[in-house]
Formats: sequence, structure tokens, C-alpha cells
Amino acid sequence: MVNDLSVTLCGLHLRNPVIPASGTFGFGVELSDCFDLNRLGGISLKGTTREARYGNPTPRIAEAPAGMLNAVGLENPGIDVLVREKAPALRKCYGGCIIANISGFSLEEYAECCAKASDCPEIDLIEVNVSCPNVHAGGMTFGTDPHSAAAVTRAVKAVCRKPVFIKLSPNVTDIVAIARACEDAGADGLTLVNTFLGMRIDIRRRQPVLANKTGGFSGPAIFPIALRMVWQVAHACSIPVMGCGGVATARDVVEMMMAGATAVEVGAENLRNPLACPEILDALPELMDELNINRLQDIIGTV
Amino acid sequence: MERQLYTILRNEPVAARTWRLELASDDPSFVAGGEFVQVALDGFYLRRPFSICERSKGRIVLIYKVVGEGTAALSGLRPGARLDVLTGLGRGFDPDACSSSALLVGGGVGAPPLLPLCRELVARGKRVSVVLGFNSASEIILESEFRALTPDVTMATVDGSAGLKGFVTDAISAVKPTFDYFYTCGPLVMMRRVCDMLKTGGEVCLEERMGCGAGYCAGCSIQTRQGVRRVCKDGPVFKKEDILW
Repeated sequence: MVNDLSVTLCGLHLRNPVIPASGTFGFGVELSDCFDLNRLGGISLKGTTREARYGNPTPRIAEAPAGMLNAVGLENPGIDVLVREKAPALRKCYGGCIIANISGFSLEEYAECCAKASDCPEIDLIEVNVSCPNVHAGGMTFGTDPHSAAAVTRAVKAVCRKPVFIKLSPNVTDIVAIARACEDAGADGLTLVNTFLGMRIDIRRRQPVLANKTGGFSGPAIFPIALRMVWQVAHACSIPVMGCGGVATARDVVEMMMAGATAVEVGAENLRNPLACPEILDALPELMDELNINRLQDIIGTV
Repeated sequence: MERQLYTILRNEPVAARTWRLELASDDPSFVAGGEFVQVALDGFYLRRPFSICERSKGRIVLIYKVVGEGTAALSGLRPGARLDVLTGLGRGFDPDACSSSALLVGGGVGAPPLLPLCRELVARGKRVSVVLGFNSASEIILESEFRALTPDVTMATVDGSAGLKGFVTDAISAVKPTFDYFYTCGPLVMMRRVCDMLKTGGEVCLEERMGCGAGYCAGCSIQTRQGVRRVCKDGPVFKKEDILW
């Protein structure tokens, strides 16, 4: 059987639904000597702000059973370097969907950065991060309240000519309410979820492991929660969803799509295995055969 | 960067809480001390970075200290077991930065990456002085390996149980080696004191908690005089003058 892995996301043709998640794949070119990036359906670039940022002091990484915590704090070279250097450099070795991931500390900053990303010919889609748990102003505060999330959505939609996905935080009581607010404010799609706010303590030093004290928890441990949120939101909203959170195997990709995801982002798994995405793509056709799936997009939202 | 499956040839204790791991490997990517591998361990989500201590035909040697659950699990693996290893990581010491004579200063399990550097410097006809510091005699590693390469090796222990009593800085003051460039790897506080004390140029090999180990997660970024740098990709070796202590 010839397997069709392609999906259509807001009119964009993706050769498959597998996309490295923002922050786990640099600006793409860092992995270009590791495998053929053109195998990927899309690449979500490192979260970018208006100005260059160093982020948080180290240690920024901690381990947990079946996962990890990070408190990088949006280290990035700034939006001008993204559109002038990073996106064009990736386009030279990658023909698929390039996703800019934009963060901010004010509505004006979100709008300015998204407008620049939208004007960048190499960028196909814009993912707006209203859910970074590792910065102390802005970031997640925009994504934990429906009115703020809607305000960001309206501000960026007013200046973008390309599809806008809002990346939501799972650190909320009712993610469906926030998803609906974004949809009503004009979002073209939703990415969910970002990391869960967590913590580890060094029991010998009696101090948090992370210099930032808390960090975002990701990895296979969060997969069932992320899947549940994707399922709830996909059934409550009519805009496409990119599923993200603990995806590590071809089976996880199929589960996310059955729950309602049109595309699937792979995050922490890239950090432990740089070949995670191509290995998932190697395994998908066989799993599709086993499940009698001819076209992968036929399973979207079937559960 | 490449992902390889290596078979364990030996995995034995060589000093207090310190183990020597020998892997069957034809890793052709290794060129300089300071480069490292990322080792995956069953039951642990993240890989562990270890600097390469020796590479000869068909094998690489890593020396590691058991400091937590991951390294304890590694010490339990027996010859014949296979390890999932990422190779070709990091930028190591630059032997060409030294014009004729070098000082190598190692502390504890910071000594291993200095061994391939020592070998390289000697092969290039440079004179090498080595000062190695440990907490006590029970923790000493690689002394005979360094002595096989150069006659000028000074050992120091904090408790005085072997060699000169005191820190590596005390040993350097005592033996007054002559050199035009230095290389150091060990605890951060030791390297800082070494850099403050020595007036020549030099290089330090940093350690940091890492995520990917290959420059794409920003988990180990530090601020330097050259701007933000990734310890795993731009380092772990940095020039003395670039470090913001």
C-alpha cells in the first residue's frame, strides 16, 4: 500500500505532519548535518522576541522521570536577525513549512515581531507563544486569561498576512475557554500545549536545581495530559490544531491526530535523540499499514 | 554529530568513586581534548556528557565520577553491553595556541581531557609541564599516563596524602614551571584561580548541565566577552580572556 502522509494546514501542503517544536531544534540549520531536513513536514524555529535576549542563568536544564525541565528563558538573537539571517539560511537547505515562533512582553511587541515575520518571504506560518513559563513578565501571562489571549490574537492578526497559530499554555484551569477566545479573535489555528510549570530540588545543596527555580516540564510524562487537551480543544473549536507535548513515537503521532491534531510537534524528544523526527517518520508507514490507514489525514479527529 | 551504538569493552573503578569506561569505537571525528560524547542510559531521560580521555584505533576511553543516579547506573554496566552514544560534539583545546612550552592544570575528573592534549603537544615537539590536583591520594587518576608523556608532572592533594599538600595553585607556586600558554580543566573555582594567577594566555574547559549537547536547545548558554556562547557547541573550551567569571 502506498502511504499518504501529507496533510493540509491552513491551505499549506505539508509532506507529513511531523514538526520539531520551537526551542528544541534551534533555527534548523544546526541539525542540517545530522539528517536531511527535507524529510520534515515543518520546522518551528526558536522563540523570538523584538530584542536579542540572553535568557536565564544556568543551570537551565533539569531531569525528571520520563521527561525534563527547561528554564532557558527565551534566549534568541531578536526578530531582525531571524528574518534577515536565520530564516533565509534555513530556506537554503529546507523546502518545507518554516514556522516563526514569536514571543513578547507587550501587545505592541507581539504585533511588531509578527508583522516582520509575516513580511519575511521565507516564513510560511506564524506561531504566537503566549505560554512561555520561564519569563517573569509577559510570556505565559498572556496565555492564562481568555481576554489577554484574545487581545494578543487580535493585535497580531491585524498585521499578519500569513496563517497565525496561537501556542497555548497548559497551566490553566480551562484551556477550552482560552482556545475559543483565540478562535473568536481570529486565530487561524492553535498549537497546544507548551510546557507544564515544574520544579526540582537538589537535596544536597537544598536549592532548586534550576537557577530560575522553576521551569517548563516536558517529555513523555506529559503526553496523556497534552493529548486530552488537544482532544478537548479540537472538538470545541473549528480551526486546526497542532498537537504538542511528550510526543516520542509514531504511535503518539497517530494518537494526537485521532484526538484532532492536523499536525504534530515533537519537542523534548529531539534533545535526547537528534534523530527522533526521522525515526518517527521511518516508523509511521508501517504503523499505518498495520492500522489500515491509507491517508494519514483521514484519521484527524476520528476519536 | 553522529549517533552510534558502542560495545563496552571494560568498565572498572580506577580511583575513589571514579571509573574508567572503554568503548569499542572507530570514532574518526575526535580531534582534540575537550571534545565529548553524550551517553544515553536506560531509565534516564537526558544523555550524560563525558569528555574523551583517550582515542586509539578501535576504542575510546571515558573517565567519569559517580556523582548521581545516572553515573551510578553507568558504573553498573558490564562489558558486552551496548551504549547509545552521540559523538563528534564540542570544540576542544587548540594545541597551536602554545608556541613552545605549555602548562596543563587539571583538577579531579577535569584531568581526562588534558591527556589527549598532552599527547598532541608532545607529538608537536612542545615541552609540557603538568600539574594535577585531587582531594586525596585515593582520588588520583592518570598520573602514570601523563608521566609516560612528559617527565614534568607535579601532583598535589588538598589533604597532603600524596604529592604536594595544597591546591594546584600552591603547587604551581612551588614548582614555578616555565610556559608560554596554559590549558586547564577542573572545578570552576580552581580554573578561576588558575586564570587569575597565570599571566600568559590560556584556555579553560567548562562544564555545564546540558540538554541536547549539540547546540540546538540553548540549555547550556553562557555569557562571554564575545557574547552568548553555547558551552556544548562553541565550547566547552574557551579562551581565558573570554570568560566572565
